[in-house]
Amino acid sequence: MRKVYFDHSATTPVDPAVAEEMLKYLTEHYGNPSSIHAFGREARKAVEKARQQVATAIGASSVGEISFAGTGTEADNMAIRGVAYANRQKGNHIITSAAEHSAVLNCCKQLEREGFTVTVLPLDKYGRVTAQQVADAITDKTILITIMHANNEIGTIMPIREISEVARARKIIFHTDAVQSVGKIPVNVDELGVDLLTLSGHKIYGPKGIGAMYIRKGTFWQPILFGGGQERRRRPGTENVAGIVGLGKAIELATQNMHVEAERLAKYRDRIFKEVMEKIPNTILTGHPEQRLPGHVSFCFRFIEGESMLLMLDMKGIAISSGSACTSGSLEPSHVLTAIGLTKEVAHGSLRLTMGRINTEEDVEYFLEALPPIIERLRAMSPLGEGCNPCACSTCTIHDEDHHDHGELSEDEY
Amino acid sequence: MYTEKVMDHFTNPRNVGEIENADGAGQVGNPSCGDIMKITLKVEDNIIKDIKFKTFGCGAAVATSSMVTEMALGKTIDEALQITNKAVAEALEGLPPAKMHCSNLAADALKAAIEDYQKKQNA
Repeated sequence: MRKVYFDHSATTPVDPAVAEEMLKYLTEHYGNPSSIHAFGREARKAVEKARQQVATAIGASSVGEISFAGTGTEADNMAIRGVAYANRQKGNHIITSAAEHSAVLNCCKQLEREGFTVTVLPLDKYGRVTAQQVADAITDKTILITIMHANNEIGTIMPIREISEVARARKIIFHTDAVQSVGKIPVNVDELGVDLLTLSGHKIYGPKGIGAMYIRKGTFWQPILFGGGQERRRRPGTENVAGIVGLGKAIELATQNMHVEAERLAKYRDRIFKEVMEKIPNTILTGHPEQRLPGHVSFCFRFIEGESMLLMLDMKGIAISSGSACTSGSLEPSHVLTAIGLTKEVAHGSLRLTMGRINTEEDVEYFLEALPPIIERLRAMSPLGEGCNPCACSTCTIHDEDHHDHGELSEDEY
Repeated sequence: MYTEKVMDHFTNPRNVGEIENADGAGQVGNPSCGDIMKITLKVEDNIIKDIKFKTFGCGAAVATSSMVTEMALGKTIDEALQITNKAVAEALEGLPPAKMHCSNLAADALKAAIEDYQKKQNA
């Protein structure tokens, strides 16, 4: 059976050239970068080379602005908590968006428990916030704005530059989570105008377990972990040398091939959108149709549930993901899908397909053939359907007792 | 994460559909939770002669619906009322813990369909 991996926003395979680089630093050059002897110096050289590779890729003016971290999530925590605590004499207000990854949202929620105030900006139907919304939310207590560059679930790209202009004018530190955008679309810290930016290795054909934080020189920040003097005391702990080497190589390769690859994947993306929207009725394209990541396709199919779709596609060898409650491990469907105004019922029918280097036109064709019968089969099995409001079914026994507005579901239900 | 039995019932669900002029029909669940199950019955001489389901939900929701129809078919009304959600899950050789609450409603749907049948009988 054909195997098609369409889940590159979840993770990517490690590029063989990256793996080859890394291997040397596991078996041969195993020294601790903090050691002064030749073994240590060899490892140090590799770490600093990777730092330069990251700095070059994102347009940082100095290597000293790059710190490696354990994961993208850890880098987000470092950026947000580090700024929050270093600046709490100035204020306690943080602005973020409803689109953020849980690494940012839950970090902000924790800060709220610790006495900070957090404004979570609502999204438009495409999943964006505007610079005006940010400007309106700023108070004299605002110390940090954290808005993601591109969304993992719906692929939408945020107007980071416009937001950074607002942040800069008001002298507020601005962080962007660029985990999904680095290596896929241009990411330059000066062009974006950000003070902090975070990224991850395994989304760009590097290894899992490595992330990085960019912090502009002069940004008021303090560490969140305490220990040795590694990473200029920003992130203590012996460096994951192989992981760092892998991230360096991966980001270099990803940025080198970015434009050609983006064009190729965008073509696949637009073909899938066009054909699926034409062939399958009651389908909603989620996220922005154009202002989105090149290899990112996301839909909601009405009347059916995401996990069932995922399982059936999996049986055809196609790996995708969904924002339904059943796939998130909670009872709630994706917070991003409900934040763009979809009802929970519709959000349960979400499907995300993220393409990458290993995908071909044949993969796209295979998917386009496999999908419609699966949707049809699940819809035939579903009690929901066009003209059949679940609440209006004569046989429905449950809706009599817990009635709600037809169609529009309130946020606090269940 | 699912047992072979669950995957079998998900891949080849038994008794999918809706009986026209059913003697009893029941629906449980809520679209906002991501699970709705609807069961329709045909009853003759107090025995479930035909049973069909329609389900909106995840793999576990489909599999439990399919399983409950298989368990109830040919049973007397009293026997069918004894079927519990737990028994359905056991017949499927278990469900992931997270699915025990949200997607294990098939016996409730069966019960709702039987109650609807009984109500019609008494009317």
